[in-house]
Amino acid sequence: MSKVFQNAQEALQGVRDRMTLMLGGFGLCGMPENSISELVRLGVSGLTCISNNAGVDDFGIGLMLQKRQVRKMISSYVGENAEFERQLLSGELEVDLIPQGTLAERCRAGGAGIPAFYTPAGYGTEVQDGKEVREFGGKPYLLETALTADFSFVKAWKGDVEGNLVYRGTARNFNPAMAMAGKVTVAEVEQLVPAGELDPNQIHTPGIFVQRIFQGVNYEKRIEKLTVKKAAEDVTR
Amino acid sequence: MSLDKYFIAKRIAQELHDGFYVNLGIGIPTLVANYIPDGVSVTLQSENGLLGMGPYPEPELADADMINAGKETITTLRGSSIFDSSLSFAMIRGGHVDLTVLGAMEVSENGDIANWKIPGKMVKGMGGAMDLVSSARNIIVAMMHTNRAGESKLLKSCRLPITGVNCVKKIVTNLAVLSVEEGAFRLLERAPGVSVEEIRKATEGALVVEGEIPEMSF
Repeated sequence: MSKVFQNAQEALQGVRDRMTLMLGGFGLCGMPENSISELVRLGVSGLTCISNNAGVDDFGIGLMLQKRQVRKMISSYVGENAEFERQLLSGELEVDLIPQGTLAERCRAGGAGIPAFYTPAGYGTEVQDGKEVREFGGKPYLLETALTADFSFVKAWKGDVEGNLVYRGTARNFNPAMAMAGKVTVAEVEQLVPAGELDPNQIHTPGIFVQRIFQGVNYEKRIEKLTVKKAAEDVTR
Repeated sequence: MSLDKYFIAKRIAQELHDGFYVNLGIGIPTLVANYIPDGVSVTLQSENGLLGMGPYPEPELADADMINAGKETITTLRGSSIFDSSLSFAMIRGGHVDLTVLGAMEVSENGDIANWKIPGKMVKGMGGAMDLVSSARNIIVAMMHTNRAGESKLLKSCRLPITGVNCVKKIVTNLAVLSVEEGAFRLLERAPGVSVEEIRKATEGALVVEGEIPEMSF
């Protein structure tokens, strides 16, 4: 059975209202642009989206927020989006903020068959509310549960027809853990190559985690904060 | 004379030791990278998945796939490595990062830190801050001693929602270098020309002053 789909439209078949989705990326870096465009076109709504960030107003998950497709965001940082703020304050949108390392590990655990784990992050803070606390070696930890998704959307640099993926630069971020945690994982790649083209020693996500793969098109790969050498003396903002 | 943010960064850079793996937060901590002392080699970790973070790129080499945790375009160095977010936080949570430098809105005398949320204002999220403060072997806070209203940021207990408990080891402000020991701020150094009395006035939490307090040297 081939994992290769012709485009986002084919690869996203089966996505329905009220599903839980994971979307890779850190800010706009390494996010699944083609899949997000298709989610917007499909108009599915009532979604729970697990993603480190929520895009910006006119790009990424921000586009889904504009169309009010998202019921709940599970993220670590959601700073760059005015529409997000409006929906949150008006109660249209529910948000679950999670420490970034806990979010990554909850995705990884979901894909690795580990139902829960203890982490020190958030102990003594409001993140602790309602969670089991247990001491190991005299240090307190919180019990955090795994996350899984109906669909995970990831973006890689190169992928082969077996679903093996190679990421480029820091565009890797949440993509490998989320690829593991989807019931159906859809990978979009900048270059789709035949089996044998990728060095098995250099694969980041083995194909077993990927159910569908397609060659992405028209990548914008927007830069959120362009910083260049000249400005190095003052980088605070 | 009260220090500006550049001198705060410069003073913190003196805390770096050769061979350290260091995570620098956004703001003043980022500036520390500009003042790494000669003969000291440190490796910067960026929690979005890079070890060995280099400077900002030449304009024509800016790459959307190469950013730091502040989402700024950056570069790699010889010997850099790139990894995914879960492995990045395994480094942090596992205590493999030697030093974390971050900003704060408040620090309490027992080492609690508040730096992620102001009630009544838009909540943006904690990002990686809670993971970093709960696990770092050594945490230095870079901040102004008082807020814009002139109120102390070194408190008996934090008033804002906290990011982590009992974790800050050292604080470098525009007025002083202090350590957090046994439920009090211990004054280690004064900014040039700043008196112990000025520091005492600007510190709400318990302040321990023993013997002569030297001025910072640069």
